[in-house]
Amino acid sequence: MSAVTAGLLLQLTLAAVAVTIALLVAPAWRSRATGLASAALAAVGLATGLAAMTGASGTLTIPVVLPMDALTLSPDRLGGLFMAVVSAVGLIVSLFGMSSARRGPEGSRTAWAAMPVFLVGMQLVPAAADSVSFLLAWEIMTLGSTVLLLADHAARASVSSAGIWYSAMSQLSFFFILAGFAVLAGATGGTSFTAMATVEPGSFAANLAFVLFVLGFGGKAELVPLHVWVPRVLPEAPSHVSAAMSGAMVKIGVYGALVVCVRLLPEAPAWWGIMIMVLGGASALYGILQASVSSDLKVLLAYSTTENMGLVFLGLGASMLLRSYDATAAADTALVAALLLAVSHAAFKATLFLGAGAVIHATGERNLDRLGGLGRRMPWTAAAFGIGAMGAAALPITSGFVAEWMLLQSLIHGGRLNGEVVSVAASVAMPLAVAVIALTAGLALLTFVKAYGIAFLARPRSPEAADAREVPVMMRLALALGALMVLALGLLPGPISEAVLATVASSGAGAASSSADTAVAAIGISGVALPGIGAVLDPLLLTILAALVGIPVLIAIVLSAAKHPARANDLPWGGGGSRARPRMQYTATSYAEPLVRVFDDVLKPTRDVQVTHVGESRYLVERVQVEQKVTDVFETRFYRPMLNFLQRFGIVVRHVANGSIHRYLTYSFTALLIVLIVVSL
Amino acid sequence: MTVLAVNTQDLAGLNWPAVVIALVQVVLFIVISPLLVGLIRQVRARIEGRRGAGILQPWRDLRKLLGKDPVRAADSSWMLRVGPVALVVSSLLLCVLLPLVGTLSLDFLPSDLFVIVSVMLIGVVALALVGLDGGTAFGGMGSSRHMTVAALVEPTLLLSVYALSIPAGTSTLSLIVGARLDTPGVIISPVSVLALVALSIAIMAETGRLPIDNPGTHLEVTMLHEAMTLEASGRDLAWLELGSWLKLAALLGLVGNLAFPWGVVTEFSVLGVLIGAVAITVKVLLLGVLLSVGEVFLAKVRLFQVPELLAGSFALAFLAVTASYLVA
Repeated sequence: MSAVTAGLLLQLTLAAVAVTIALLVAPAWRSRATGLASAALAAVGLATGLAAMTGASGTLTIPVVLPMDALTLSPDRLGGLFMAVVSAVGLIVSLFGMSSARRGPEGSRTAWAAMPVFLVGMQLVPAAADSVSFLLAWEIMTLGSTVLLLADHAARASVSSAGIWYSAMSQLSFFFILAGFAVLAGATGGTSFTAMATVEPGSFAANLAFVLFVLGFGGKAELVPLHVWVPRVLPEAPSHVSAAMSGAMVKIGVYGALVVCVRLLPEAPAWWGIMIMVLGGASALYGILQASVSSDLKVLLAYSTTENMGLVFLGLGASMLLRSYDATAAADTALVAALLLAVSHAAFKATLFLGAGAVIHATGERNLDRLGGLGRRMPWTAAAFGIGAMGAAALPITSGFVAEWMLLQSLIHGGRLNGEVVSVAASVAMPLAVAVIALTAGLALLTFVKAYGIAFLARPRSPEAADAREVPVMMRLALALGALMVLALGLLPGPISEAVLATVASSGAGAASSSADTAVAAIGISGVALPGIGAVLDPLLLTILAALVGIPVLIAIVLSAAKHPARANDLPWGGGGSRARPRMQYTATSYAEPLVRVFDDVLKPTRDVQVTHVGESRYLVERVQVEQKVTDVFETRFYRPMLNFLQRFGIVVRHVANGSIHRYLTYSFTALLIVLIVVSL
Repeated sequence: MTVLAVNTQDLAGLNWPAVVIALVQVVLFIVISPLLVGLIRQVRARIEGRRGAGILQPWRDLRKLLGKDPVRAADSSWMLRVGPVALVVSSLLLCVLLPLVGTLSLDFLPSDLFVIVSVMLIGVVALALVGLDGGTAFGGMGSSRHMTVAALVEPTLLLSVYALSIPAGTSTLSLIVGARLDTPGVIISPVSVLALVALSIAIMAETGRLPIDNPGTHLEVTMLHEAMTLEASGRDLAWLELGSWLKLAALLGLVGNLAFPWGVVTEFSVLGVLIGAVAITVKVLLLGVLLSVGEVFLAKVRLFQVPELLAGSFALAFLAVTASYLVA
């Protein structure tokens, strides 16, 4: 039995053990015991994933009674990478949950029993080697996450509504994926991935399956316009569950898309690439725009997930487009960039959601307008959240920066091959993609300056924020692990990119091109080079250089500080007048106000200004109340009308099925008659 | 297509000429950036019929600020201390990485366009956070406007340099400058002119000059940069000011070298470095005078018209990129 097989078996066993523990252990010890068991499950998954990712192979076959092929779990290198990513997120999430989900509905028996189910579902999807076990694991994952989401449904109505949205959208995704697999299975006569990959490129079945898969996996990966569940579900779930959903589960959607594009249907025509680029670009822009104007910390993070997944798909689409024009070096770089972005998103978004969880734990608030000054009160959380925010804003020395750098490099060098313009489509698509990424990056910067600056800097805007205390040790540990992952991915891009490249180079015929092994190379101590493009990045050396130029500044500070120590003053400058009250500070809403104005046409905010006058005077104002709401345009313009239509349709159809047994008998009789007539023809 | 030579064999053996040039650039720009700001203010004062404080005034301001006790709000965090240093370090890194005196760049740290932009963004973010940390309405206002402008400038900035990178086939700025020196015809091509105009508008916005921000005002409706530094004092303020000046000087130097690459050192020699240093000083100061004269005739546009200006410059940059693919 190989190591991978043993790992898979151990994962299944540990999941069963963890569920049993959650059901049997007394409430006082439940979170600690189950959290530990889930962490062990995640750790084994991480080891199995890393082993599979570095080339170890192993198969676990589960025979079934039904008349179909046995279920096969056999992670390839790409699957191993994703298994490792979701397990790493699962590990820190379990540790965080041990401390955060101790009491109340979050720590209930049902919620804790669902946790290992959710984790093992996510771990098994990338291990699946045939479509049936893929779909089975996919549904286990959805089931676990739905139960976890609904933990608090009794107390808050918004949770139930989120649950309905989530179930509906999950089922929609599942339907599309199932239909996609069915089309491929019908065309090739097999349910295993190897059989399905034999479908004829360019055939109608391949095109249809591709579109279905994009809709299905795009829904799970939160792409516009299938993202409507995101701003409801991720904020309403308990924070450690949001971290697992955004950090890990969404990656499974990306994995699905990769399986389709790299393994099942590797020979993509140009329009597939353009379609994915358009979807990804639209998601990136819309997601970050909504995130930048949001004042709710968790809604902000949820929309930013849509943005990041949009960028991942933009990279994937660019890679498909470039490959269809035989620009292989740039195509491989774009693919590695998309994967790196997915991996780094797992690290920084899990950290950010856990940071938001810590803030909620300490203050009970997730409205940024009521936070502030947490940096002095919760230094650990502030540091971890800050590092995560740097990653999300793609600033140097974090993981997000490396991935975006690589994506931009592949795009600006993708328009040309050996000095020749590859195609008119590429020469318009590439600059547009660069512009989209640039605007997205700029808005992401604003979003995370706002999130960090308003929550952690300045003065507390509410008594809850003023009384905040640092969170317990276990939560701090989870946050620190997440932040370290963000930094490690950002400072050591060379070895990591090489490992990521190896995972795509080996799976599928398309990516295993001649230049695949030279698209990305480690260089120097930890730097990364793109030999096919001619670009080098070494974040570690950049950090050292920054330290070197910083030395004279530090010397000047030390010399100056000896003579002129800093003074703290409650009224330093106060904007020129008496010290303003904390309520007069800029809030998250006011911070984003200029942006709301600039993007008025896209966001369609509703603004309500109520002016109360003093007595009869038209000129003296007693109070002004301003309310601004930014709703999701897709929900109000697309989903609402559709739901209304369905509801009306349901009411009309109700008359056909009014419960009368006579009427139903007539229906069956008529149906039988029609069948007989058709058969006899 | 120029492919960057990736030098793997000598890790320890530093490229000494490049190190010397980087050092010269840093020292030179620390010296001339306050002079540049002094010159800009002096020219403006003279045109407006004032006598002005003399071009050495920024230097005197720095000396004064470094000799004062910084006063900080009681509930400000470490950001008020670290932010200004981060800004000045990011600007110093720009001076090291950009091809200003010479195009020789450090082996493992080429002047990659995207790296440079993100190093600059660290300074932008640090300044915005310092603005918020003061805990006053003005700081938040400046920070919010500053980040909005920074976000909207980003596409123009990247696309204009992307356009410049296409003829050279690389995103390394030193190689782009080198390529323009070899084939000067590129400089006056329509693509390059469009891209340079777009880049200049982006840089005006990045560095808070007219018509986007008025650096000489403390009027609440117009403040961007000044609003963020209101709560800083003593050496904190000194670093914020020096950081902003260095950034202005370095970016003007980049525009100067892209528009007029002659004088840049490509082969290392002592005389060459001297010439390069003098050349870049002259370019930066000349551009400073031009900027100052231009600013006299410009009024600040309304904040909510800034996006239109930036959209215009974005259109130019986009045109430049597609044109260089399809026309060239």
